[in-house]
Order: sequence, then C-alpha cells, then structure tokens
Amino acid sequence: MDEIRDGMNRIDCDILVIGGGTAGPMAALKAKARNPGANVVLLEKANVKRSGAISMGMDGLNNAVIPGHATPEQYVKEITIANDGIVDQAPVYRYAQNCYDIIQELDRFGIRFQKDKNGEYDVKKVHHIGTYVLPMPNGETVKKALYRQLRKARINISNRYMATRLLTGEGRIAGAICVNTRSAEFLVIRAKAVILCLGAAGRLGLPASGYLYGTYENATNSGDGYALAYHAGAGLANLECYQINPLIKDYNGPACAYVAGPFGAYTANAKGERFIECDYWSGQMMQEFYDELVSGNGPVYLKLNHLAPETIGEIEDILHKVERPTRGTFQAGRGTDYRQKMIEMHISEIGFCSGHSASGVFVDEDARTTVTGLYAAGDMASVPHNYMLGAFTNGAVAGEHAGDWIRDVDHAAIDEGAIEAERRRVLAPTLREDGIPPNQIEYKTRRMVNDYLQPPKVTSKMELAQERFAEIREDLSSGMLVRNSHELLRSLEASSILDCADMAAAASLFRTESRWGLYHNRVEFEGRDNENWFCHTLLTRGRDGMPTLRKQPVAPYVVEIDDTEKDAYYRQRVGSNALKTVAAE
Amino acid sequence: MPLAQTVTAVPVVVDDAKCIADKGCTVCVDVCPLDVLRIAETLDGRKTAYMAYDECWYCMPCEADCPTGAVKVNLPYLLK
Repeated sequence: MDEIRDGMNRIDCDILVIGGGTAGPMAALKAKARNPGANVVLLEKANVKRSGAISMGMDGLNNAVIPGHATPEQYVKEITIANDGIVDQAPVYRYAQNCYDIIQELDRFGIRFQKDKNGEYDVKKVHHIGTYVLPMPNGETVKKALYRQLRKARINISNRYMATRLLTGEGRIAGAICVNTRSAEFLVIRAKAVILCLGAAGRLGLPASGYLYGTYENATNSGDGYALAYHAGAGLANLECYQINPLIKDYNGPACAYVAGPFGAYTANAKGERFIECDYWSGQMMQEFYDELVSGNGPVYLKLNHLAPETIGEIEDILHKVERPTRGTFQAGRGTDYRQKMIEMHISEIGFCSGHSASGVFVDEDARTTVTGLYAAGDMASVPHNYMLGAFTNGAVAGEHAGDWIRDVDHAAIDEGAIEAERRRVLAPTLREDGIPPNQIEYKTRRMVNDYLQPPKVTSKMELAQERFAEIREDLSSGMLVRNSHELLRSLEASSILDCADMAAAASLFRTESRWGLYHNRVEFEGRDNENWFCHTLLTRGRDGMPTLRKQPVAPYVVEIDDTEKDAYYRQRVGSNALKTVAAE
Repeated sequence: MPLAQTVTAVPVVVDDAKCIADKGCTVCVDVCPLDVLRIAETLDGRKTAYMAYDECWYCMPCEADCPTGAVKVNLPYLLK
C-alpha cells in the first residue's frame, strides 16, 4: 500500500491553477472562458469533488455587497476600519464591485440565495456597521455545482498531486514541480501563468485537543501556498496579523454566531450576559473574547436557549447539515441541547488566513503577486476578510487576468538543476533506514508555535521559538524518515508548516507595536504606533534562506475614512464607550 | 532512532456487510480530503474500505457520498 515508485513525467500548459477548493475552480473556469484556446490545468492535493474549506458546503455569504443593501464604498470603509487602517483599498474595492456579478453567476450554477417575501435578497446584519450576510438555503451543494461546471468547461483536473516548489526562469514564473501523493511519482508542469489557490495555513498552531487534524481550518490546508510563494521569491503581507477564530471548544469548528446571530443568538459570558456589541470577527473583537475567557466571567458561550424552540430547530437544520455537519454528533455526545444549555466556546489555535484576517501572499487588485506571472487568490492572498465570496470573486479576477496575459508570452526557460535538486530534497527522507517520522516533526513544531508564538506575544519567547524551529529544521532536513507515499505527503506538509512557523515568528518580531487587537498584541509595545507602523510589513525569503522583512506604505485610500469613524471597531465592549489606549497618536 | 507502533482508536467506521468495495466502489477513498481511507481484504476474502491513517478532520464526505450508507464518521476520542 502506498509504495514509493520511481517516475518523472512532464507536461506543458498555459495556465496552472494550484488548489481546487473555492478560488481555484473559479479561477480555472474564468481563465478558460476568457481564453477558450488556453490549456488550463487544475491541480489538487486531494480531490476537487470534496476539497478545501467548503468541502461540505457553506451556510451563507459573509460579505455580500448587494445593491440596495450596501455599496462598494461602504464595504471598503468597513473593512478598512476593521483592519486598523492597514489596507490597500484597491483590491477590496475591486472585490466589492465584482462580487454581485459572482453571486449571480453562482445562482446560474444552481446555488440558491435566500430571498424574502418580496423576492429581495434577505441580507442580514452581522458586521459592526453595514449589512452583508446572505444565507444559502442549498449551501451543501456548492462543491457539486462547481464540479459540474469544471466538467462542462473541460478543465484538465489532476487530483492527488501536491506542488512542492514553483519553478521560475527569466525573472518570472515558469511552472511547478509536483509529486503524486499515492505513488511519489514526480510531475513537472511548465506553465506561462500560475494561480495559487491553496487556502489558509490552518495547521500552524496545535488545537487544544492535541489532535493534529482537529484544526479550525480544513486540516489539508497546511500553508503549502504560503511556502510555495515564499520559496519562489514572492512577498507576503502582514503575517503577524494572525488568524484566531472563536469556536466550539474541543470540537474546534465554528459555533456559528454569523448564522445564529440574525435569529437572536449572541456571544455571552458564564453569567449569560452579552459582553461584546458585535459578533463580527476582528482582532479587537477577539481581544475582548480573550479578555472574557481569562477573566472571572469566563468561559464564553454562544447563547441560544432564550430563543423559541422552532427557531432553534431552524438553526440546527443549518448548523448540522452544512460546512461542519459533525457539529450535531458532537453536541449530542456532550448532551448539549441548544434549547437548554449554552454552547461552550473558546478561541482557535493561530494560523494565517486572509479569508478571516489579513495575513496573506501580497496581491494587487488584479490578484498579481510580486512575481511576474504568479497570481494568488482566496484565503492565502492578502485581500483582508475575504471569506468564501472573496475566494470566488478574486479567483475570477486572477483567472481573467491570466487568460489575457498568457496571449503575449511563451514558457519561460526552466532550470533543470532546480528540478533535480528538488527531487533530491523531496525523496531524501525515503532513503534513510530509520529516523523521525513526519507526524512527530509536525507535532513538535506546532507545540512550539503554541508555547511561544500565540498572543499575547513576548519578544524573548518568540526568539526561543526561532531557536527551537532551527533545531527542528535540522531534524527535518537530515533526520526525517518516510516509509511510503502517504508519509511523503505528510513530510512535505510538515515542511510547509515549519516554513510558516518561521514566517510567523519573524513577522511578529518585526512589527514593534500592538495592532489588530489580539492578533498582534505585543506585550512590550502597548498600543498602536501610527507614526512608525502605519504600514504593511512585507516578508520575503532572504539570501540566507530565512525570512527578511521590510515596511511597505499603505496605498493612498480610494474611499476616505472620517476621523470620527476610524475607531468604530474599538468600541466593542458592552457598556463602555471609552476607547482603548492608543499610544503615539 | 528505532520506531514503535502506537495504538489509536480511529473515528471512521465502515460496515463491511454494506460496503461494496468488492464491486469496485472506491467513492469514500476518492473523496477523503486527507486521504486516510484505503481498501483492504477481509478475512473471508471480500474487500472493504477502512481507515488506514488516524488523520481525520471529521468532515463527512466519506459518509455523505457512500452509495450504501456503510460509512459512519465518529469524532476522534481526543476531542469528542
């Protein structure tokens, strides 16, 4: 079973899309629609039918900008404020202008969106300021609908291939080196453009349960996209703005206040009292959540038991059918009937994910990274608070741009030496007689991430993390043992995870201020320091092979933010209009 | 360092009386995002799907897509 075979195949294509979850299928479809003559390959580590964050569908859109309910300008303003102002607005504005067309496109695919008695979209308010949440009554069918479209458009799908490194040449993208996860055979793909859609780095911190795969994000999302971009020389933005999410304790999945909130549910402390004004996730909201957890009022709960039984039935129908259906199994096992008991919540392990926060591979409004011909979209690209609709919309932006761009370019020359070196790196653990298995390398990395990188962040702890990571890196490169092709997949994921851990430490140490609430709460540098740090941080791979960082200015705003609005997301705590201390402002 | 085998209780259970792997079905193996399911021969020489690697996100495609209802996803013991 899963024996390692020797093999190396080569193919050429025009556009290579890596990752078949949410952004990837839309990127492939749009690239093909824009340029029907193009050969588009969609590569997926799992199987496109059920891969990615929306494997079992999604309950709704969290950021729908629908005419009559919200304007693109309002949305850009809200996302800018929710991210403490550190936002390049052009990509957010592009998203906000395009997302309504994508909703209509998804509707044509057979995905339904909730409408009221008058036939209007039934949009709900969850955010602090605007109204953007739209339920999807048949949300469990999303992946099936996408797959139908991919078949219809004759996209070439390659399942069970993991890209291990990108190839560059002539100063631009040239393709990717991939390995089959069931046979360890290599596949070298030359491409004129590559679109990265590999999801979040969701296997970075270790869940409180200690179970490696009990992560908030789909556990397949091991940060491979971040590592691929990093090794190809692309810039990564604001990685210190971690993803940390509220969740059902132990189950480690969404509770989910965005669904239950509009029905009247809310986040409460152990006394059943509301303590935050707004359940929309932001760093500031997470700081309040964390403060309550560690206070005498903790733990924190999602409170539904004051609602009518039929309302709770409606909520159960959604939560136990879509996105994470085993929530029902979990609650039954714990004896938690939503009608009687509140649902105990906690906060997630740390990760990178622009879908929920702002840590991603830097992209402009055309979804272009800093490497020519290389695009990124979805949870791994730097457009903040993007969620599922952002993945679809920006995947479309990337696909359309790449579809045009490849008309005027040929394949870049590739370096055969780089291919051979990568083959040796990947297969090295298979040539040893004994050593450390990938799961132990991964466990230790992630346990150190929890011990030293979780906020509140402390300089000396993060420096210790770097020492431990360096030791693990040595073990990974000279002592890891792989016995079959499945373990080879895990060993490559362990490598991505370690790269992300080093990036998280380096980015967090670089920004010597606190920002984004809990996400970058640096104990020794209290408050925001706008004079020195009103900027992005851009991480790249340095000459020594380790992360190096620089400041990058925030692009001039497209939508101006009034001074009185800038701190709206700091007024989260119930009963307090006082703003948090803001240093150096 | 030498290796040891550590026992673990796996969350995905397949009812081999209902499993039709013998007829060539590999749906659950195909759809699993973490690729943890495989086909094995039972003691009486038939084939059945089973969980080969304890690396489960308890996400459900294997159970939802099984044509005969043979697959049940339980929660990993560490977090249930």
